[in-house]
Amino acid sequence: MTGQAPAASGDVLIRVDNLVKHFPVRTAGFINRTVGQVQAVDGVSLAIPRGTTLGLVGETGSGKSTLARCIAGLIPATSGTVHFEGRDITNLPRQRMAPFRRNIQMIFQDPYGSLNPRRRVGAIIGDPFAVHKTVPADERKRKVQDLMERVGLNPEHYNRFPAEFSGGQRQRIGVARALALRPKLIICDEPVSALDVSIQAQVLNLLADLQREYGLTYLFIAHDLEVVRHVSTSVTVMYLGKIAEAGPKNPVYDTPRHPYTAALLSAALAADPEAAAARQRIILTGDIPSPIDPPSGCRFHPRCPKAQELCGRQEPPLEVKAGDAATHLAACHFPVTAGEKLATASRRARP
Amino acid sequence: MSITDLERQAQQAENAPVHAIEGRSQWSLTRQRLRRDKVAMASLAVIVIMVLLAIFAPAFAVLVHHPANAAYPITGENSAGQPVGPGTNGFWLGTDDTGRDLMVRVFYGARISLFVGIVTTAIATVAGVTIGMIAGYFGGIIDTILARVTDAVLAFPYVVLALALAVVFGPSLTIVIAVISFFSWAGIARIVRGQTLSLKEKEYIEAARSIGAGPLRIMFIDILPNLLAPVLVLATLYIPSAVVFESTLSFLGLGIQPPTASWGSMLSAAQPFYQTAWWFVVFPALALLITTLAFNLLGDGIRDAMDPTTERLVAARRRKGPRGSPSRSRNDDLDLIIAGDAK
Repeated sequence: MTGQAPAASGDVLIRVDNLVKHFPVRTAGFINRTVGQVQAVDGVSLAIPRGTTLGLVGETGSGKSTLARCIAGLIPATSGTVHFEGRDITNLPRQRMAPFRRNIQMIFQDPYGSLNPRRRVGAIIGDPFAVHKTVPADERKRKVQDLMERVGLNPEHYNRFPAEFSGGQRQRIGVARALALRPKLIICDEPVSALDVSIQAQVLNLLADLQREYGLTYLFIAHDLEVVRHVSTSVTVMYLGKIAEAGPKNPVYDTPRHPYTAALLSAALAADPEAAAARQRIILTGDIPSPIDPPSGCRFHPRCPKAQELCGRQEPPLEVKAGDAATHLAACHFPVTAGEKLATASRRARP
Repeated sequence: MSITDLERQAQQAENAPVHAIEGRSQWSLTRQRLRRDKVAMASLAVIVIMVLLAIFAPAFAVLVHHPANAAYPITGENSAGQPVGPGTNGFWLGTDDTGRDLMVRVFYGARISLFVGIVTTAIATVAGVTIGMIAGYFGGIIDTILARVTDAVLAFPYVVLALALAVVFGPSLTIVIAVISFFSWAGIARIVRGQTLSLKEKEYIEAARSIGAGPLRIMFIDILPNLLAPVLVLATLYIPSAVVFESTLSFLGLGIQPPTASWGSMLSAAQPFYQTAWWFVVFPALALLITTLAFNLLGDGIRDAMDPTTERLVAARRRKGPRGSPSRSRNDDLDLIIAGDAK
């Protein structure tokens, strides 16, 4: 699946081309022998126009977080490139990455694990200022309190410890820290999946407000399809390290082409109970296969209700399917057509 | 009070200057729990007294008019040339084999013991934390080399090396401190390495890296504060072993050299007299015992105070009351049932 990122209109802020991340699997012991590769991300291309939100969805183990960490430069990519505002930032050493760090920040999934329990909230939010020296030390406290106020925290709680906050408040601390350097891109790695539903909405609204106010671009990772639909401009669906389907939000949600997307959508809770009742559920059997030894051909074929002999032999390219807009891509030999009934259970055969 | 008054009050409260609310830190909670631990507090008191005695040892020498290294062949020894017992001729704890004041010398010995204990632990802690943190954080080949060196040091027969070094360089306080520090850092490094290995996988370390923090900043600002608790406990427990190590070396004649007073060399000198002058053996040994015990109990207390789960255990034990008491709680019944089943 080589080639260019999907054509995107407007000014592309970040562009990922054919990104690959393999983790070597080593034997334990004195001499570490590499016995395999976890193909966490295997040739992913995407582009995010400035000021928009790209929703990245997929099951646990589909490589979403690995992709995010490669883009943020936290782990080196095996191959492929990441361009930020047209400049190549793939695998830059730390010092040369510094100017880009200011522009690419992350919000993490676990609001309990992502804040150092031994440090006060003021110090945590002020960390980016201290590292990049963008704000003199005597102005830091005021700046941090401004940030706290902006994300809906009480600035009086400057000297508290993370343990004294609720999950939602902690995630606001994480948002404030990511916002401190005024980045252009914020990578949100499942920012709300650890929160209660009522709190999720508050944090999502905060993120939307900030996007409007500062013109932020988001790469928004989630496994909750409704959340992604709510926040995203376009959606990319990943399965086992590859892109299954990508495109603007509405076409992907309304007329999914890849059976995996269709299955995910059929499993999501719908707000409208009548629509939910009318909907046909596609139940996938089995777990996501091991990325150490992914299935041949289309990686989804062992679980796919539409799989045929070709699917196990040949990998489908990510391309525009007949009748779709030029921005809607799917990697499937036998794309789902609108209104098509899929078998409710996939074949049990495993390779 | 009318509603307008309430409104005015609310207005005032809102207009009050915004000042940061101080959070209760882990440390203040630990201090609070530690203060409730009677054994740890008693140990701390003993340590403070011992330190004061060590600091004011010269004052005691002046008080009893017996300098530490002055021998008193007339008043300090009986007609047979043997040490005199406690309370004789103004020697409160008796004298040693050359008629020197045992009390003054025990206090002077505390200076050496505590000095060696604290200095070597400080050196070993700084070295152990640095090496352990570097090995654990960077991993890979750096970790392999540092971890093997650590293992090698731990595997060394330290008394043999101490003997060899003392023979080569001649016994001195410097050699004692160097040898004890050299053999103490490895244990700390190993534990710190393990802690660092688990800490560096935390998401907040990744968050720090995503901000752009370098390895030094991450190690000192994000990892070190999380290491302080276990390191503090370890250091408190390393002081008594360093004190004992110093005494061992001095006992073997490789440490502090006479006439400087040291508990180890005093015990060594007291060997031939244990039948005739019990005080000569008992008081230095008692000083050593009390000091090491106090540090060990304090270390245990700190460890308990830092572990939030122990509070409940202590409370449960207190609720149960002393063993075999007539007022038996449900917990005791449960214990009996379990004990009965075990039989």
